[in-house]
Amino acid sequence: MIPEFEKFKGFKAKSIPKDEPLASGHRACQGCGEVLALRMVMKALGRDVIVCSATGCMEIISSPYPHTAWRVPWIHIAFENAAAVASGVESARKVLKRKGKIPKRHVDIMAVGGDGATGDIGLQWISGAFERGHDFLYVCLDNEAYMNTGVQRSGCTPYGAMTTTSPPGKKSFGQVTWKKNIPAIAVAHNIPYVATASPAYFLDLMNKVKKAALVKGPAYVHIYSPCPTGWGSAGERSIEFAKLAVETRVFPLYEVIEGRYIMSRKITKPKPVTEYLKGQKRFRHLDEGHIDYIQKRVDVEYEKLLRLAELT
Amino acid sequence: MAKRVGIEVSIAIAEAAKLARSEVIPAYPITPQTHIVEHLSEFVASGELDAEFIPVESEHAAMSCCCGSSAAGARTFTSSSSQGLSLMSEILYIPSTMRLPIVMVVANRALSAPISIWNDHQDIMVQRDIGWIQTFAENGQEAFDLTLHAFRVAEDRRVSLPMIVNIDGFTLSHVIEPIEILSQEEVDGYLPPFKPRYKLDPKKPITMGPVGIPEVYTEAKMAHSEAIKASKRVIIKAWQEFADMFGRQYNPVETYRCEDADVMLVTMGSISETAMTAVDKMREAGQQVGLVRIRLWRPFPSQEFRRAAGKAKVLAVIDRCLPPGAVCGPVGAELRSLFYKVPGSPKIFSFVAGLGGRDVTVERFEEIVDKARAYAKKRPRELFEVIGVREK
Repeated sequence: MIPEFEKFKGFKAKSIPKDEPLASGHRACQGCGEVLALRMVMKALGRDVIVCSATGCMEIISSPYPHTAWRVPWIHIAFENAAAVASGVESARKVLKRKGKIPKRHVDIMAVGGDGATGDIGLQWISGAFERGHDFLYVCLDNEAYMNTGVQRSGCTPYGAMTTTSPPGKKSFGQVTWKKNIPAIAVAHNIPYVATASPAYFLDLMNKVKKAALVKGPAYVHIYSPCPTGWGSAGERSIEFAKLAVETRVFPLYEVIEGRYIMSRKITKPKPVTEYLKGQKRFRHLDEGHIDYIQKRVDVEYEKLLRLAELT
Repeated sequence: MAKRVGIEVSIAIAEAAKLARSEVIPAYPITPQTHIVEHLSEFVASGELDAEFIPVESEHAAMSCCCGSSAAGARTFTSSSSQGLSLMSEILYIPSTMRLPIVMVVANRALSAPISIWNDHQDIMVQRDIGWIQTFAENGQEAFDLTLHAFRVAEDRRVSLPMIVNIDGFTLSHVIEPIEILSQEEVDGYLPPFKPRYKLDPKKPITMGPVGIPEVYTEAKMAHSEAIKASKRVIIKAWQEFADMFGRQYNPVETYRCEDADVMLVTMGSISETAMTAVDKMREAGQQVGLVRIRLWRPFPSQEFRRAAGKAKVLAVIDRCLPPGAVCGPVGAELRSLFYKVPGSPKIFSFVAGLGGRDVTVERFEEIVDKARAYAKKRPRELFEVIGVREK
């Protein structure tokens, strides 16, 4: 097991840090599940962190000069390269510590990006940084499309979802591909820690982020992030949808510690996927056949995960 | 004391980056730059250089790592060429406006297609407006000296800009030349440790690379533009100090036998040395020919160039870049702008030569001078001409 985890007792509802490294007053949409998740991420990390942000919603809502929501050092260079920027920061701090130019104190380094920055355009940079073994955590805030540019499909857009570049029509039913499994790609790099998390399970989310920061070497946390604007869902229902995604097995919560899959929450009596799909405009055009397919595929994917957890 | 040794120019550049005590070196292999980073990697492996060598997965990642490393306060060096430089292109504009003093040596090489590993200046001309300070080296000694100079200038707090030293691929990168390698004490005396004004530090959190709304974008770009213009003084002063300490003088623009010359060749990089031989030959034959070499390409040394070449009747500019469909080659166009409507200014013709490793020989320079003279009498249809094209 990971020795760094031994001393970490986990966050409790009563002991959640009051400090807000990500200040309020930023420009996120009402009901944004992504910024809520990011707030929890930052609460878990505290102030001893350097954040390398990809271009995306979280970057633009938090940093319109001369304002900033960041109370920690933060850098944004471009869309696809947050993991490489973090590699540079980590290497710089390593050599500067060795030379006695900065204090030896440990500072976490986090790269953060959306699903497009992570699973599509930035996959190579993340793969490179994981393979080289930099000591950093990568957090993907997955709202399942390119929301910042106005809701275009990404590799992480779920099957059937309507976006502006996967519109349903006479000859299409929306997104035709199944959601790309980025956590599995992270696991394939043999990094010590991979996890999925949801803002509906905030203690679980914060604990996973903290573990990702504690572990030596690269770590990856994939966070489900409801987007009322892009999904056509009610802003006040974001956390409800986050919860339903887990309860319907659409977005299972698990950890992969040194290759061992551990289910964070076993869903023994899953709700039907329709409960999750209804209430989101992006799915409302789907007919029974498509919903049937989604239900079957969700079950198959979940079974695969359970088997991985048994095997490892 | 400095020692003069026979050494490959790439190794000499690696020595310079080592003597500069580079701290982070993100690098990706590409011919003809690779020898530079190979040797740096060896220095790190042997412990001769206390640095982090990051063997990245692409040039884009190399430049991205450079941004992170420089922002975190480490002295940062990398090197690239051609397709690799083009792959970096998206990122290159960013550290310059963000004022991150990265130093990069570019071993200039042609761009595809057709794929060519050989030398010309097309790769760097694509990157003309990235807002980095850019110099061109003529020989191995200069490549070594300019690399040290680049750290000194880039990191100067009055400048805080990234800097590129251009060296011609193969014709410089792969040749062995006698080069005076300075000692560690000498370099330490010239180059103080990097002390960034701002860095990523949890004790003093700052936001770097924020969104520039329309109300601030122009000002941010203007500040960058003013900074690179103002850097010229520091660049020249740092060369002056280099000369005072080590006896080798560099200037933004150099002239060779320009006194009373009616035709002046204009060159950048290693072909300047062949051009000097050509000028000697033409002078012996009684021609009034001189040579102007541009060492500082960005910021463009307008005053110095006007002073050096303003009295010529004809400038024959060698462009080592063919811009398809353009009015003129990039260096030719720069100089035409510089002298536009200046009374008594020289007539300017651009000659595209030395593409993709094609040698520019003494005879070619003679041909260029002859043509420039003829065009001065009877204006040519095009403002640039490709020299040395094979008929068959």
